[in-house]
Amino acid sequence: MSESILIAKDIVKQYGDYLALDHVNLEIPRGSIFGLLGPNGAGKTTLMRIINQIIAPDYGTLIFDGKPLKRADISQIGYLPEERGLYKKMKVGEQTLYLAKLKGMPHNEALEKLKFWFKKFDILHWWNKKVEELSKGMAQKIQFVVTVIHEPKLLIFDEPFSGFDPINVAIIRDEILELKKGGTTIIFSTHRMESVEEICDNIALINNGKTILEGAIEKIKNDFRSNIFSVKINTENLTLPEQFQIISNTDNNYQIQISENATSNQLLNALIEKCEIISFQEKIPTMEDIFIKAVKDE
Amino acid sequence: MNKIWLIIKREYLVRVRKRSFIIMTILGPLLMAGIIILPTYLAMQGHDERTIALYEENTFFSSKLEDTDNLHFVKIPFEEVNIIKEDFSASPYYALLDIKDAENFTLYSNQQVSLSVQSEIEGKLSDIIQRQKLELAGIDLQILEGVTTQIEVETIIIGEEGETTGNAEVSFGIGFMCGILIYMFIFMYGTMVMRGVIEEKTSRIVEVIISSVKPFQLMMGKILGVALVGLTQFLLWIILTLILSAFAEVLFFDTLTISTESIAVGKEQSLILSSLSTSLAGINILQLLFSFVFYFLGGYLLYSALFAAVGSAVDAEADTQQFILPITIPLIISFILMQPVMDNPDGVLAYWLSLIPFTSPIIMMVRLPFGVSNAELILSMALLVAGFLATTYLAAKIYRTGILMYGKKASYKELWKWLTY
Repeated sequence: MSESILIAKDIVKQYGDYLALDHVNLEIPRGSIFGLLGPNGAGKTTLMRIINQIIAPDYGTLIFDGKPLKRADISQIGYLPEERGLYKKMKVGEQTLYLAKLKGMPHNEALEKLKFWFKKFDILHWWNKKVEELSKGMAQKIQFVVTVIHEPKLLIFDEPFSGFDPINVAIIRDEILELKKGGTTIIFSTHRMESVEEICDNIALINNGKTILEGAIEKIKNDFRSNIFSVKINTENLTLPEQFQIISNTDNNYQIQISENATSNQLLNALIEKCEIISFQEKIPTMEDIFIKAVKDE
Repeated sequence: MNKIWLIIKREYLVRVRKRSFIIMTILGPLLMAGIIILPTYLAMQGHDERTIALYEENTFFSSKLEDTDNLHFVKIPFEEVNIIKEDFSASPYYALLDIKDAENFTLYSNQQVSLSVQSEIEGKLSDIIQRQKLELAGIDLQILEGVTTQIEVETIIIGEEGETTGNAEVSFGIGFMCGILIYMFIFMYGTMVMRGVIEEKTSRIVEVIISSVKPFQLMMGKILGVALVGLTQFLLWIILTLILSAFAEVLFFDTLTISTESIAVGKEQSLILSSLSTSLAGINILQLLFSFVFYFLGGYLLYSALFAAVGSAVDAEADTQQFILPITIPLIISFILMQPVMDNPDGVLAYWLSLIPFTSPIIMMVRLPFGVSNAELILSMALLVAGFLATTYLAAKIYRTGILMYGKKASYKELWKWLTY
């Protein structure tokens, strides 16, 4: 078993004059939650459509589970697109059964699994309702169920939380974490950075069709450390050795940048001599800061 | 392959279970039966008898004007003319015919005189004048009447199977029926495919489905599913029409044929029927049926792929107009040209239109009852298959890109770009 469930090598996709993906490389570790980030129009959806074989890349290869991706692999992939919906006039049970069978599940197995998920979400009484009778949140649960019903090795969610109400977001997030525990690999694209920090293990940041940042979330955060510390003290006129630079001071809340050869302990020592420390904290960049910085630096 | 069946099944079941399908299936034969029964029924009811007041200074015309089935002439004196004119509705007459001399006739009425009454009176009057002129020229009217003859030319088609009786009227009727049915079928079910595609796009389910099946499978599944819906509907219509007309025959004609008038109508009908059956012998029924189903399906498949492509390129049905027009033009042209083709079923126009795949489904069916060589028929069918493969290929290219484009109205330029992706 290869370590990566999916490897994308040199993927290129061009629409007329527009280069949607420009030699994109990705490696998605098995059993991880992989965040695919990027501003709107960066090429995330195009990449996900290529993985789902909805469109073909102009150039490049995809390796799925150690072998080149082939048509039959779609039964091993579950996809919840950003633009998602259901047949409004069709009954919930009939429709979910149809979609499960389209994924290649036999009738009885599909029925059994559906009942399991419907019971789990306590929505069994919706079975004979038409989709148009359901609220948006209810329909979203159904969409989630049909995405995971065939127990794929790889799940791909495009903006899974957009349009969900907070209660459903929590339910879906817990289910995603549960699926990860079961060994499923999850790719999910979003521009909601809080959810990225909360659940992703690895990320890739795509901008203008190129991967500009890729790796484990902890490592990326470390790389983006700015060595700035927030310090609250009781002195107004603070002076420090030259390796510590005071960036700002508002009401005794200091932002202090330490030079590369200095450490936080040295700063603490320097401070202890001069004043009383009320709080001391490293300013760790949020994913949002990293996202904005990386896109701007591009 | 298994998945395309799933799609066909869904598309079919969803549509045949719809209330509108069931209503149309029941209403269709009722309407058809109505079209067949109503004229016969009305013909048996006789006409309104209308009384026409007639004023003439002398008696030249009034002595010669004879009453007909529906016109009754009453000569009135001069005094009455003004009374009638003053208050027409109080008079018992439908109209007043005022004859001044052999060139000046006026018809008064308190309403617009019906065209048939006017033309009947005109005919009668000109008849009288004509006879008068002939008599004045010294021609014996009895000889003239003896000259009138009516002949009927029997048409024999010398074909590969020997001589068969032909009948242009019956060929005309059958060709016309087939052409109209195919035209209707393509339009009704082509737009049904288009609506289905738009529905999938606007409800945003399409991307969920094409992550399981190829866009081409989804498109073909829909087209074939709708084709089965159409065939089911026509089959049910035929069965229900047969049942209904059998009932109608028992209910209407058995009770009504007692009157002498309707016996005459009945005889006429049976005459028409027997002549119909002898003339049908001149037409290769098996070939006609096979060709009908072939062109019926071939034409539908050719056009529905294009309708599907149109559906994929838009977000709402209101935006389809600009793309629908070029698709429907060849259909409408073939519909309009049915008449000229029937007038000259072996002409250059008929020949080419029955080969071009966009017009052949309608035009060839119109020509077929008049006799078309096998080589020509096979060529036309082969071209239709080629045409259907070509439009499906192009439509699929537009479709697979179009279904993923949301929120913007595509232009022709964009459609062209999609073909090259």
